[in-house]
Amino acid sequence: MSDELTCQASGIAGRVARVIAKTQHIPVESITIDSTFEQLKIDSLDGINILFAIEGEFDIDIPDDAARQIRSVREMVEGIEKLLAAKT
Amino acid sequence: MTRRVAVTGIGVISALGRSRGEFWDALKSARCGIGPMTLVPAGSVRFENGAEVPDYRAADYFEEKEAAMLDRFAQFALIAAREAVADSGIAFDDALGEASAVVTGSCLGGKTTEDEGFRGLYELKSTRFPPLSIPKAMANAGASRISLEYGIRGPVYTISTACSSANHAIGQAFWMVRGGVVEAAIAGGSEAPFSLGVLKAWEAMRVVSPDTCRPFSKDRRGLILGEGAAMLVLESLERARARGARVYGEIAGFGMSSDAFHLTQPLAAGAARAMRAALYDARIEGPAIGYVNAHGTGTPANDPAEVEAIRAVCGDRVLVSSTKSMHGHALGAAGAIEAAATLLALDNELIPPTANFTEADPACNLDVVPNIARTAAVEWALSNSFAFGGLNAALVFRRL
Repeated sequence: MSDELTCQASGIAGRVARVIAKTQHIPVESITIDSTFEQLKIDSLDGINILFAIEGEFDIDIPDDAARQIRSVREMVEGIEKLLAAKT
Repeated sequence: MTRRVAVTGIGVISALGRSRGEFWDALKSARCGIGPMTLVPAGSVRFENGAEVPDYRAADYFEEKEAAMLDRFAQFALIAAREAVADSGIAFDDALGEASAVVTGSCLGGKTTEDEGFRGLYELKSTRFPPLSIPKAMANAGASRISLEYGIRGPVYTISTACSSANHAIGQAFWMVRGGVVEAAIAGGSEAPFSLGVLKAWEAMRVVSPDTCRPFSKDRRGLILGEGAAMLVLESLERARARGARVYGEIAGFGMSSDAFHLTQPLAAGAARAMRAALYDARIEGPAIGYVNAHGTGTPANDPAEVEAIRAVCGDRVLVSSTKSMHGHALGAAGAIEAAATLLALDNELIPPTANFTEADPACNLDVVPNIARTAAVEWALSNSFAFGGLNAALVFRRL
């Protein structure tokens, strides 16, 4: 499975990619699991916007300190997986 | 006409107390005014702590009807102005009232009033809105109320440039007095951000600390919101001396700049340009500055950028502290509260510390006067304010 396919899939990575695509107004195909926020031209203000949308999408609460460490799509997906696991 | 501008009165209401005296007592003993927020329900926002004015009751200052006409931010503006005017001993008679100005700063204006009105509309399904909402919520409500109280009939206006509002306001008033446009001015800022709508918006910005405010400390986690007001009485040094007024110090320069870079990310070069502009306005060089009251929000982004700017402009021997560590970040009032702190520091020859400091950060490598006030006779000081929107404003003060 290519990295791009991972993001288009229906799992967490796919949902994250779609949230980022919508928030950043970029095509979802341009986002891979290995994309860094820098590559996607996500700055600090875009970042809080994405975090807000992700919290809504997954019904989770992302603490500020954890949010500050996230610099890539993969880190975002891993962080969400942890928060979802803690929820159940 | 160019005149020297003296500060002859200071009024402060903040998390450090409801008077100038309480404010200075707290600053010199590093007492922190940050604690659990009481003005919004516990658990309604992600962060727990704020810097609220302690034991504030509007009834202690206003008749019931008058209090009902004023949003909390305008009440604070008036309380600080009353203290400053009484402290100064200035009398705004008919002629002086006509020749004087009021310039205030506020980032939010009467958001508490708006928040209550919107709650009625959207949550309680009211079809009507409280009729005093517009005059209560307008950003110039404080300035106008001060003008009414003292019969000040010259230039009266309010500047809203986020966290630089009060520095911009004091700077404008300073220039008007220096240039002979007015004889005297009341200038400062006021803010009351503790309403649920405002706090939720700050929560989403992810810049508020979950514990306390630790500027320049390696483990800093963000800013702490504060409320309050500070007002200064400005008049020409000649006039102040002629009437035998007590002079706290001189405002000697004002500079401003815009980063034209990013809405929220700080830029050291932009901050440095405002500081240099203020120094040029005062006709002094950077190394003459002995103390900088920093913007020092305690966010991961601000502090290293500000230190870089201070080092570039003032060198590496200057004393720097952030009093926000004690009175919180009062947004549009911040510059005024910090101007009061800076003037009192010069006058008392004591530099207030950066409180809550735990661990040095190599990215903030300056003497930040950690935790304990420092005796130092400083002649020149700078006070910085940097705002979202990339707007920077710096004031130069001089001990007399």
